[in-house]
Amino acid sequence: MAKIIFNRKIASNIYHLKIEGKFEGSRGQFYMLRGWDGYHPVLSRPFSIFDLDSQSISFIYQVIGEGTRLLSKLKKEDTIQIFGPYGKGFPPAKGNVALIGGGMGLAPLYLTARELKVDNKVELVDIYLGFKEKAFLTDCFEKVAHKLIIDIGGLISQKVNVNLYDYVFACGPEEMMKAIVKQKKEQKTQIFISLERRMGCGLGACLSCTCQTSKGNKLTCQDGPVFRGEEIFFA
Amino acid sequence: MHNNLQVKFGPLLFKNPVVAASGTFGTGYQQHFDLSQLGGICSKGLTLEPKAGNKGIRIWETASGIMNSIGLENIGIKSYLKQELPILRDLKVRIIVNVSGATIEEYIKIVSLIPEEVDLIELNISCPNVQEGGLLFGMTSQTARELVREVRKVTKLPLMVKLSPNTDDLVKIAQSCEEEGADGLSLINTFKAMAVDLDQRKPVFDNVYAGLSGPAIKPIALRMVHEVCQKVSIPVMGIGGICNGRDALEFIMVGATCIQVGTANFMNPAVCLQIIEEMDRYLKKEGIHSLEEIRGIIK
Ligand SMILES: Cc1cc2nc3c(=O)[nH]c(=O)nc-3n(C[C@H](O)[C@H](O)[C@H](O)COP(=O)(O)OP(=O)(O)OC[C@H]3O[C@@H](n4cnc5c(N)ncnc54)[C@H](O)[C@@H]3O)c2cc1C
Ligand SMILES: Cc1cc2nc3c(=O)[nH]c(=O)nc-3n(C[C@H](O)[C@H](O)[C@H](O)COP(=O)(O)O)c2cc1C
Ligand code: FES
Repeated sequence: MAKIIFNRKIASNIYHLKIEGKFEGSRGQFYMLRGWDGYHPVLSRPFSIFDLDSQSISFIYQVIGEGTRLLSKLKKEDTIQIFGPYGKGFPPAKGNVALIGGGMGLAPLYLTARELKVDNKVELVDIYLGFKEKAFLTDCFEKVAHKLIIDIGGLISQKVNVNLYDYVFACGPEEMMKAIVKQKKEQKTQIFISLERRMGCGLGACLSCTCQTSKGNKLTCQDGPVFRGEEIFFA
Repeated sequence: MHNNLQVKFGPLLFKNPVVAASGTFGTGYQQHFDLSQLGGICSKGLTLEPKAGNKGIRIWETASGIMNSIGLENIGIKSYLKQELPILRDLKVRIIVNVSGATIEEYIKIVSLIPEEVDLIELNISCPNVQEGGLLFGMTSQTARELVREVRKVTKLPLMVKLSPNTDDLVKIAQSCEEEGADGLSLINTFKAMAVDLDQRKPVFDNVYAGLSGPAIKPIALRMVHEVCQKVSIPVMGIGGICNGRDALEFIMVGATCIQVGTANFMNPAVCLQIIEEMDRYLKKEGIHSLEEIRGIIK
């Protein structure tokens, strides 16, 4: 059981949840959250680490159904169960890096950007964020980006040329990630994407979260959620 | 170590009756607790050759339960024996290997490959999600009998048959397994169920039907374990919706020797450990020295 520091609405239907405690984790990894007692809903919900320091961990989530609706009701001082960190996150990078987030796909990119910004092997970090209706958290991303490019209502994948970068980390709708992988022409550009699948255990046991890759079936929760873009057969 | 929780399951001594159910548990849980504290661990349902599993949505939530349509995705018995068995062996828990096949020949082949260091074979005749899941054998006492008879001939290892709730003949099937030399039974596997996507006006699962598990099925599972325990004298592992120590003890009181925990692992990855502790606390509070004192007290 961990204590909630705050659970703030930051945009329509979007919340920033900060939890007290020293938690492990690296960029692109996720936790399973359970903000309710008892057996309903049965499954815990997976969320990417948004940020992490020695005293707290935070998440950004959108209210979709029952699980996130219950999460959104939590208040300061309430308790929550969180299990993790799970999965393999974004790898080390160097040179010029682009981070591309579509919708809630921005969640794992903040910690990533914050770390890359102080990494002396990395020359620059450009951040591309696509939103459907209204932008949010841009102040926060502004501080960790060399250049922040925003799109509202269009396709963020059309605003980026991945071939200008050594590393591209993307998270968002599969269509977006597919378009990004397709753009790649330069051998040097390494693209990593973060996938979403329905999950039971989060620990590689239940095989609910299988994704198809050029190397056969892989588990999104354990082998991913971050994979090399070219390996994934998008759904 | 809780001596009061030691149980004998047929020829095997278990340090406690809590066993992680097939398809819901793996070494990943080591991140949350020391797996050597468990009574036993069942492997994922294994087949002779690797299987890619079912397409489409594989897990779906329902009131107090989940439905799954994994379709027995697994690495195949040979890879399991090479890659996973050595890790489990070091844990000093009872290793239970869960196997399935589409034909008697397949079951015979897979069972013959299981080495002696495995403690117990769990013959799955109850997976509702694929043809190779053996449900064909789990529907009638005649088919179950034939399968157990043939498999019994090819292994000396303790043999447990995992029964399906998707039959009218549960007790008869259980009795046939006993008569053909099974050392134990485990029940139940998931209930054949269905979910509809209203917006798309079609079934949620590509396979249409899927297996229901979790707290929702516990009362029926309990009734089935009770019925079977009245009619067989081989030991039974009770399965179905067990989430805490009280649930586990209820299964023991209706006659189960061990219990398996499936879906609850997804709600709390350390739940098996909690169940062990809760059972221990209950026994101490009630002044019970061994589970034998309460096993099957509900007639
Ligand atoms: C690795 C990973 C990281 C994620 N990170 C974030 C994040 O940082 N912020 C955020 O807002 N969302 C994130 N998601 C999506 C988030 O998990 C779902 O929006 C959430 O589970 C919805 O739960 P619900 O009860 O509100 O919705 P319901 O639709 O009622 O949920 C029903 C079931 O479907 C599952 N489900 C529904 N949508 C998704 C989805 N998109 N991906 C996986 N499972 C889903 C639920 O977990 C639940 O088991 C992530 C998903 C994954 C797999
Ligand atoms: C995701 C999932 C996968 C499963 N895979 C198997 C399997 O491979 N073999 C098997 O015999 N049972 C399998 N089961 C059934 C469980 O072992 C157990 O019998 C059932 O879920 C009922 O117990 P529970 O309510 O505690 O989950 C699976 C169950 C779930 C939820
Ligand atoms: S969520 Fe269970 S294996 Fe990935």
